[in-house]
Amino acid sequence: MTYRSLKLALLGTTLMATSALAEDVTLTIESWRNDDLTLWQDQIIPAFEATHPGIKVQFTPSAPAEYNAVLNSKLDAGSAGDLITCRPFDASLALYEAGHLTDLSSVEAMSNFSDVAKSAWQTDDGSASFCVPMASVIHGFIYNKDAFAELGIEVPTTEDEFFAALDKIRDDGTYVPMAMGTNDQWEAATMGYNNIGPNYWKGEEGRQALIAGEQKLTDEAWTAPYATLARWGEYLGDGYEAQTYPDSQNIFTLGRAAVYPAGSWEISGFNAQADFEMGAFKPPVQNAGDTCYISDHTDIGIGMNAATENPEAAETFLSWVASPEFAEIFGNALPGFFPLSNTPVDLQDPLAKEIVGWRDECESTIRSTYQILSRGTPNLENDTWGASVAAIKGAKSAEELGAELQEGLASWYAPHQ
Amino acid sequence: MNRPRIRWHIVVFLAPAVLVYTAVMIFPLFNTLRLALFTEVDQTRVYVGLQNFRTLFFDPIWSEQFWNALGNNFWFFLVHMLVQNPIGIALAALLSHPSLRFAALYRSAIFIPTILSFVIVGFAWKLILSPIWGIAPSMLDAVGLKSLFAPWLGKEEYALTTLALISVWQFVGIPMMLIYAALLTIPEEILEAGEIDGITGASAFWKIKLPLILPSIGIISILTFVGNFNAFDLIYASQGALAGPDFSTDILGTFMYRTFFGFQLQLGDPHMGSAIAGAMFAIILVGVCIYLFGIQTRMRRYQM
Repeated sequence: MTYRSLKLALLGTTLMATSALAEDVTLTIESWRNDDLTLWQDQIIPAFEATHPGIKVQFTPSAPAEYNAVLNSKLDAGSAGDLITCRPFDASLALYEAGHLTDLSSVEAMSNFSDVAKSAWQTDDGSASFCVPMASVIHGFIYNKDAFAELGIEVPTTEDEFFAALDKIRDDGTYVPMAMGTNDQWEAATMGYNNIGPNYWKGEEGRQALIAGEQKLTDEAWTAPYATLARWGEYLGDGYEAQTYPDSQNIFTLGRAAVYPAGSWEISGFNAQADFEMGAFKPPVQNAGDTCYISDHTDIGIGMNAATENPEAAETFLSWVASPEFAEIFGNALPGFFPLSNTPVDLQDPLAKEIVGWRDECESTIRSTYQILSRGTPNLENDTWGASVAAIKGAKSAEELGAELQEGLASWYAPHQ
Repeated sequence: MNRPRIRWHIVVFLAPAVLVYTAVMIFPLFNTLRLALFTEVDQTRVYVGLQNFRTLFFDPIWSEQFWNALGNNFWFFLVHMLVQNPIGIALAALLSHPSLRFAALYRSAIFIPTILSFVIVGFAWKLILSPIWGIAPSMLDAVGLKSLFAPWLGKEEYALTTLALISVWQFVGIPMMLIYAALLTIPEEILEAGEIDGITGASAFWKIKLPLILPSIGIISILTFVGNFNAFDLIYASQGALAGPDFSTDILGTFMYRTFFGFQLQLGDPHMGSAIAGAMFAIILVGVCIYLFGIQTRMRRYQM
């Protein structure tokens, strides 16, 4: 009796579910950006649904640290959403190679993006693109304008000026010169090494040469940033060894520190927290007049689950994501995540505007370790975290670090053997 | 003919526990061990025998991490054995003293951290020890010992010991409770008989109580061993999966997690991860066997 009623109930729900499907297609988006949940629900999805009747969209994010593991198990179990937010490079490439992501090369709207923008979500030979680029983040330094004005410091453009400014702040003693810790390790590599590094290895030129095996991590261009990082140690706050990433954010937004080595993703958080005026300056160059290079890192894209039951609707959505309309909404709702489409987007936030302006003055590149080079064991990205921390702490010399990293890379990467 | 009846009720009563335990423990355990014998080549799973273990123990890249993690694990265990268990025994001895007042209050207060989540303990201590917001530097400053403060969790040489001591703080209540219970079972007559023979106070503890609670101490040691070699949560909650600084707090649990699920740009490798899990299982199994066959069988028990 109970068994039968259960069966009836199951049948009933199935019928209801199918009839609902016939009316409206619902697309589910997998993402790690749980910070952006309200933005999607209040701005992006309503904007899409208003112009596309018949398609409903649901944004279902999971925690950033768990996203890759959760997504992989969902894809293997066949329960993943129709649309998948793509991590850059190998994580997504692995999904594509496993047949979980659809090739989007034939989607017309993909022509709205440059090759560099698409490079994070392409096969190594560039023949297939499997995610629509959504945004990039730019590295640089955010500074406390009030503090700089108070101490009479000009915004530094060269490395000498940069360290002179830090000396001045330290000698004055009111502010911690630079807010960064080494406890979580990644800041040292991401906001340290890959922030200032492109000026040394000349952006794409050096990065491509490293991938091709023409340059080595023991070369001056790749070790010099470590030597510069070694000088940072004395300007970080007391006990920086145990200072975590949120600690650094708080120290800066409380107005206790003058300079914050940053990624542009900090902007919205800082705008909400800090009650002083902020400015930004790009990574200082060695000599005045040198070409500047910035890390303009492709960070987030979106692709289609190959197993989706609604490929047409999913493609419609992806085409919309590739459109200038989406770029406008996204870029302004999330200042600091810069849209990648070729059509320029008019940003409202002054700090975001200042940072995105560097694209016109400097050469863009992406983080050196992300493409191809972190594919093997030992993992170059993880090792770079450790090496950057060791450099700042002064535990090892730049040459030693370069030699260790090179040895690790050469152990599995053919072009370096 | 009196054939022994099959006592079905035993089967029925055992079945739920056996089924659940098999489904959530035994099957995954053997499946993990099986997974360790495979690897993935071009999206297909290939049987490679013991190759993963060979890589783990003999490939310098892997073995260096493995031995580092194992060494850290032993240090973590040693700190617990040398600090947590003696303190636990001492506390139990004090608490079981008949003239101690508020014993119940002390007992609960010391036991409470044990029921807290690792995440809470990890974050609370991280804040206490934080050089920026923490109360540790200002407390030391108040007694004029500021110079002794260091950002312990951020220094290679101190981080693991600091974490081990945090874990000791959290779990000291367990040996205390077990020993306390064992001490309560010692009959008064034995102690009184000792008193008549002139054994009182501290020597009563060393000569009468301690030999009687040795089996409990053995159990505690093995629980500590298993718990420490399976440890993961505290390190992950306070130092993250990369177990910084510079892998100085990396233990087998974090090493396994990082390998199995991947980390940042490092893709997860379930097969190597399973091999590490298999090695952990073997280490714990060997440790428990040494205890069971080498120590417990030789331990003298007294009829009380």
